[in-house]
Amino acid sequence: MNREEIREVLLEIIADIDEEADFTALDADKPLRDQLELDSMDFLDIVMELRKRYKLQVPEDEYPELATLNSCVNYLEPKLRDL
Amino acid sequence: MTDLKTPKDTERIVITGVGLAAPGAATLAAFRANLLAGKSGVGTIDLRYMGVHPAGLCSFDETRYRKKRENKRGTRAGCIGVYCAGEALTDAGIDFSFYDPARTGIYVGLTEHGTVETENEVYNIGQYGYNVDYWTHHHNPRTVLNNPAGEITMTFGITGPHYSIGAACAAGNAALIQGVQMLLLGEVDLALCGGLSESVGSFGIFASFRSQGALAEHDDPTRASRPFDLGRNGIVIAEGGCIFTLERLDQALARNAKIYGEIGGYAINSDARDFVLPYGPRQRECMELALKRAGMQPQDISIINTHATGTKQGDIEECHAIRETFSGCNRTWVNNSKSHIGHAMGAAGVLELAGNLPAFSDNLVHPTINLDELDPACDLPGLVHTTAREVPKVDAILNNSFGMLGINSVLIVKRFLA
Repeated sequence: MNREEIREVLLEIIADIDEEADFTALDADKPLRDQLELDSMDFLDIVMELRKRYKLQVPEDEYPELATLNSCVNYLEPKLRDL
Repeated sequence: MTDLKTPKDTERIVITGVGLAAPGAATLAAFRANLLAGKSGVGTIDLRYMGVHPAGLCSFDETRYRKKRENKRGTRAGCIGVYCAGEALTDAGIDFSFYDPARTGIYVGLTEHGTVETENEVYNIGQYGYNVDYWTHHHNPRTVLNNPAGEITMTFGITGPHYSIGAACAAGNAALIQGVQMLLLGEVDLALCGGLSESVGSFGIFASFRSQGALAEHDDPTRASRPFDLGRNGIVIAEGGCIFTLERLDQALARNAKIYGEIGGYAINSDARDFVLPYGPRQRECMELALKRAGMQPQDISIINTHATGTKQGDIEECHAIRETFSGCNRTWVNNSKSHIGHAMGAAGVLELAGNLPAFSDNLVHPTINLDELDPACDLPGLVHTTAREVPKVDAILNNSFGMLGINSVLIVKRFLA
């Protein structure tokens, strides 16, 4: 998967959590939780969905890597590159 | 409720709002119309491991009071509960300008909770080789027993007490009784209470009734729930909910509330005998205790809404108990609502009570349906079946709800007289 594909997957996962999520004004460098009303349980939903889709285990101490859309892509790119 | 003959208005509890979701109806008016017309709300469900079975399913506006994402995060019982609570508050005209949310209590009757969610998660991790890393973090908040009541607090900002009452299929009545008691104790000023059921989502509940020989089967699902009929062969499981707003009369009058009826009396007792088999003599004691507390005689009851679920022994036990308690009462009518909607478990008692409340104004006793060949053991003198019956006046409704482990509950609601 390339960066754009990873980005699309993340937005798809978030849209599945909240179909009313509005991405039009999303700043990819600002925390997702501040912009999309995602709480800690929603965040765990994202982690779970990555695990289900890609057998990807995100260790708890690496959760901060998933703070913004760009940091998510940066973190996931090497892990999903070969998929 | 020590001096029921001349209680003060602060000691009188009235029903001022009804919100419900029943198989085939999402408002009291629609539910009442179905009951009077003898129209079944039962359909079928195709359930994991179980195949197709008759079941009562509800259709209502699931996003009227909260967003889809909250329904996804929560439980079906919570979703039904939020809808019913919202409808009850709307019906009662309560917007929390009169009542304080901190002085509002939520008491929800449940037959069981967490079964559906647990089964779903076990199935889910089965797709991943039973690796518990795939077990959802939503499991605990979904399955704690206060879940459906708690979901209601979050939607409406109600900050008073909330909890669930577990009383098997007597739970709806038991929660209503809890609400009455909390109002009388002065713990709250407004009680949202009733019962909820999401049991149709559990294959285990269907399978357990089938193993017990108590799961209804019929080619036509609308004919499967048939209490008192010789051909009855068990229970039709239903989902649903009903929440009432209860208030003390002085405050209900102060805000010009519409009043559906007044709580007359109630009783809960225990068979102390068997895990599943009902016991008529104790049911009779329960009805008699409720009558005594209401300061009423058996002949004061206009409608007995039976618990009968369509099992061989259960229906007979209750009919024995009613026959003995109400012998000679020639103005007491008997009906059954499960024949229309199936058994809504924790919601059953309150849904069935709600469906009969309009009788205070329309003077109609809704019929028991699917009665083709009356079991002689269930041939009660005042049994209304097949078509609704108009009666001169309805003064009091006695609502029976019984459950496993031998829990019996009886609630009497009387016509409101200022």
